[in-house]
Amino acid sequence: MMRGNLTWRKSVNAVMLSVTAIFTVLAVSTLFLILGYLVYYGGRSLDWNFFTKLPLPPGEIGGGMANAIVGSLEIVGVAALIGLPFGFLAGIYLSEFEDKMFCPLVRYVADLLNGIPSIVVGLLAWTLVVVPTRSFSGLAGSIALAAMLIPIVTRQTEQFLREVPLSLREAALALGASKWKTIATVVVPAGSKGILTGMILGIARIAGESAPLLFTAFNNQFWGGGITQPTASLPVMIYSHAIAPYDDWHRQAWAAGLVLIGMVLIANIAARLVLARGISVPRA
Amino acid sequence: MATPAVADTTATRRQTTQTGDIAARLITLAFAASIILITLLLVWQLWSQSAPTRHKFGLAFLFSSTWNPVTEEFGALPFVYGTVVTSVLALLISVPLGLGSAIFLAELAPAGISNTLTFLIELLAAIPSVIYGLLALFTLVPLMRDYGEPFLKSTLGFLPLFKGPVYGFGLLTGGMVLSIMTIPFIISVSREALLAVPREQREAALALGATRWESTWQIVVPYAKLGILGSIFLGLARALGETMAVTMVIGNDPKIVASLFAPGYSIAAVIANEFSEATGRVYQSALIELGLVLFLLTIIINGFARLMILATTKKGSKR
Repeated sequence: MMRGNLTWRKSVNAVMLSVTAIFTVLAVSTLFLILGYLVYYGGRSLDWNFFTKLPLPPGEIGGGMANAIVGSLEIVGVAALIGLPFGFLAGIYLSEFEDKMFCPLVRYVADLLNGIPSIVVGLLAWTLVVVPTRSFSGLAGSIALAAMLIPIVTRQTEQFLREVPLSLREAALALGASKWKTIATVVVPAGSKGILTGMILGIARIAGESAPLLFTAFNNQFWGGGITQPTASLPVMIYSHAIAPYDDWHRQAWAAGLVLIGMVLIANIAARLVLARGISVPRA
Repeated sequence: MATPAVADTTATRRQTTQTGDIAARLITLAFAASIILITLLLVWQLWSQSAPTRHKFGLAFLFSSTWNPVTEEFGALPFVYGTVVTSVLALLISVPLGLGSAIFLAELAPAGISNTLTFLIELLAAIPSVIYGLLALFTLVPLMRDYGEPFLKSTLGFLPLFKGPVYGFGLLTGGMVLSIMTIPFIISVSREALLAVPREQREAALALGATRWESTWQIVVPYAKLGILGSIFLGLARALGETMAVTMVIGNDPKIVASLFAPGYSIAAVIANEFSEATGRVYQSALIELGLVLFLLTIIINGFARLMILATTKKGSKR
């Protein structure tokens, strides 16, 4: 098992340990490279017009992506309205109403659903909404994003409810509270910080998705007519502007990239700060 | 005479609590069961909506390399090839890098540094795919075209893999972007698996005179190997299904060429590019069948990954 003399073994040790450290530095530095590029190119291109004006046709300089910002908020908002309560309730079942056969199955399927490529989830929303209504719509995009959000929120809710000590539940039941009252007034409030964290992370994840929106919410160069019409979104705008052959569109894509990553990172850091302040009950 | 009244209210209260409990159970059960229903619905929709091409081409769909929407001849082979080649390339880079970093974070770095770096790695995993695509398109593609690929051509050009014209867009660039995107997943899951190895294992090895590296490489890593394999499979499933970043750099050309410099196409990329403009039942059905192929690929790989991760995290306890 330990071959060679001590000097050789020690130098192998030193070399390999430094290699792992270098790999870590490489991996982490990609984050700063990405942020650096976005701040540099995006910062130069970002101006007030970006938040207030509509995109201009190719060839004209200027314009903004106000419609895509509002469109993203609409699509993600509706997806959250569907996905958050859905995942929350399913998570409560997994954590509080344990049964030996069904819960492990739901858990496993939720994890699989979470791993399905987002573009395939987009195909589902297309068959369910776009085909029957014969129109691309923001709602179809919301359905696709909700289907991605549900397994995330379910598993996070379950995980944080499980961290609530059993003794709290027993205390409530011993005082005569019914099971659902125990869940509603003791268990869920105790796990609420963690659940909130999970929800914010889930929303941050779907807010950056573009693949499932390409053929559901589609895109729109103008103000959309509400959730039943094709709706612009920031991620799809970044894609369509980045691959177009116009310099001014590339400039807009960088600006949109900076805004999108700003929102995603702020949500992530905020969520982890909530979590860092701890679950509101001592762990058993 | 108060006793019967008290008994009455307790009885009604018990009844209402029971109804409340049953209602709560059924309502939450309905939502939990719906997760399975959504997944089944997904399978059913992909299966039924791809019927035209499944009937027309049968299994030949998987092995044909023609993709011609005008004559309505469709074959999946170039897309499967592009997807598999870019994903394998990605793993060749991301597995050593990811595993090395996970070893550093789990075994060597002090807890404070390890937690901070892991937090940064998790932020990396949260960056939207289209942002990776944006950066790759404007930085990695020119770099590969002007420096990376000419260098490979001059040093390893005798291999068929590194022959032919250099574009910047192609399988190699696609694989590199995917490797950057899969590294965070491999790091965080492998790190968890390594942390789940009992402390005594390390202490025993060190007490026998092993160096730090020997204890890690010969004792801890083999102990956690299922979890590490699971992380690699998870990374592979991510890479196979990754859409936007690949679409932006792979070149979008449905050909099978030995050279890694050549433009290719992936399953996810062709769906992203062509689906919203696909006209005709057969064309749409062909793209949906590609989606079905991608779905099956990722679900099988994910299924294995989850089982492996379950097996290791149950085996050990946290440090």
